Amino acid sequence: MTTAQARAEEVARASYGKLLAILAAGSSDIARAEDALADAFRTALEIWPERGIPDNPEAWLITTSRNRLKDGYRSAAHRTTTRIEEDIDMPAATATPSEDIRDPRLKLMFVCAHPAIGDTVRAPLMLQTVLGLEAEQIAPAFLLPQATLAQRLVRAKRKIKEARIPFVLPDQADMPDRLEAVLEAIYGTFARDWNGEVAASGEEDMRREALFLADLLVEMLPDEPEVLGLAAILSFTDARNGARVDSHGHFQPLETQDVRLWDRMRTVRARALLVRAQKIGRIGRFQLEAAIQAVHADRMMTGITNWRAIAQLYEGLLQIAPTVGAAVGRAAAVGRAAGPDAGLRALEQIDPEAVAGFQPYWATRAHLLKAGDLPEADDAFDKAISLTTDPVLRQYLERQRV
Amino acid sequence: MRYTLFLYNEESSWADMSEADVQEQLGIFGAYIQDLKDAGVCVDTDWLQPSMAGTVITLKDGQRRVQDGPYADTKEQLGGYFVIDVPDLDAALAWAEKCPTARYGLIEVRPSAMPTE
Repeated sequence: MTTAQARAEEVARASYGKLLAILAAGSSDIARAEDALADAFRTALEIWPERGIPDNPEAWLITTSRNRLKDGYRSAAHRTTTRIEEDIDMPAATATPSEDIRDPRLKLMFVCAHPAIGDTVRAPLMLQTVLGLEAEQIAPAFLLPQATLAQRLVRAKRKIKEARIPFVLPDQADMPDRLEAVLEAIYGTFARDWNGEVAASGEEDMRREALFLADLLVEMLPDEPEVLGLAAILSFTDARNGARVDSHGHFQPLETQDVRLWDRMRTVRARALLVRAQKIGRIGRFQLEAAIQAVHADRMMTGITNWRAIAQLYEGLLQIAPTVGAAVGRAAAVGRAAGPDAGLRALEQIDPEAVAGFQPYWATRAHLLKAGDLPEADDAFDKAISLTTDPVLRQYLERQRV
Repeated sequence: MRYTLFLYNEESSWADMSEADVQEQLGIFGAYIQDLKDAGVCVDTDWLQPSMAGTVITLKDGQRRVQDGPYADTKEQLGGYFVIDVPDLDAALAWAEKCPTARYGLIEVRPSAMPTE
């Protein structure tokens, strides 16, 4: 690979989303901006080896793309003789972040997670526009045929253009909801219920990309506690990745994982993010979820899990973001802190209709009944197993049932 | 209890696929079928040719009539099925939800009417 090629790829990796956001901001036309940018990268690969790499490659690419957008079909040679404009609205590298010159990728993320965009396409759209991934890289991880995903992406971009979804940061009043949608899309990509061997290879890739997006968001919004909270959750979870399945290929739930297999550095980093978030003093669901992870992570130092603290955090979570998952999580923690009877009572408070086919409810119930030496445990295990499609998790429950 | 999962999707989504993409989807389905087998719930499955390859036959008007093409000309067509043996509808839905088709098509889950011996 030539230096010019390597440099072009480096710029592509680091700046793709930034350049695309700048180019698409005026017209909301992402597809056209993508074409222009792809063309500029192609031209760069032709021109840079001959004439040398420009001092400011990003500015060069922006100008070349803009010319492409302006003149449509002129020849490549003609286009690239245009002088680099001086007044490019690139964010200055040395400037301090403020409303106007903040990383344009942030606006792009808000566009991708706009309420008018279907929530299943938000994350793929972000991966494509912010990170420059191709549909063929994204599709397998979401178990979608490439043509189907490509079509959804095209439709979403058309929607953005036709509805003129603006490339702006939401105002103060809309910020919390809009930000939550962005965080949700990233969290969903990271914590998806991946299954199937084919997905396994794409799984790791997409987890990495989700971590990258979360870190990018921390850079862009360093004072948003929920952004820090999400990055902390992802870091805590990622730190335990190597301990989920033991050397026999058996699934290990969080509380029986070997803490020596947890990544200490990632845990330290996660905790630092959470502390930063809490100092700002605006609690939210992502911070509470991160705090639960932090209590689990304490076992690395103390050797024990403070279930009482976890139950309290779930209670807080239920107050600001009530979900069936959190209610079941709370019951499991109460069961650990105050005994299986208390845990089962907590489970009984949940609407039975909401949990009829909810695997975590039945697995939790089975474990609590077993801990209380109650005969109904077997039935609950059977129900939980019947709802479990993941083979590793299924084997785990079958071992527990005995 | 036996349930059949009828998989419906737009046929164009398969027709437009590249060879590599088809292989990838087959791999994804293969993994799903393996999970069904490992769980001991898989009874039968088949993947069907496009509906254009279908032939409809009836004797209901007293004569044998054979017709070319799909029975119903709808946008979404039956593309395959799984017969699974699971305790109840919740479990059948849990498996249907994991079927790759659910992400881009529709799955009808029907309980068996066959009397059990």
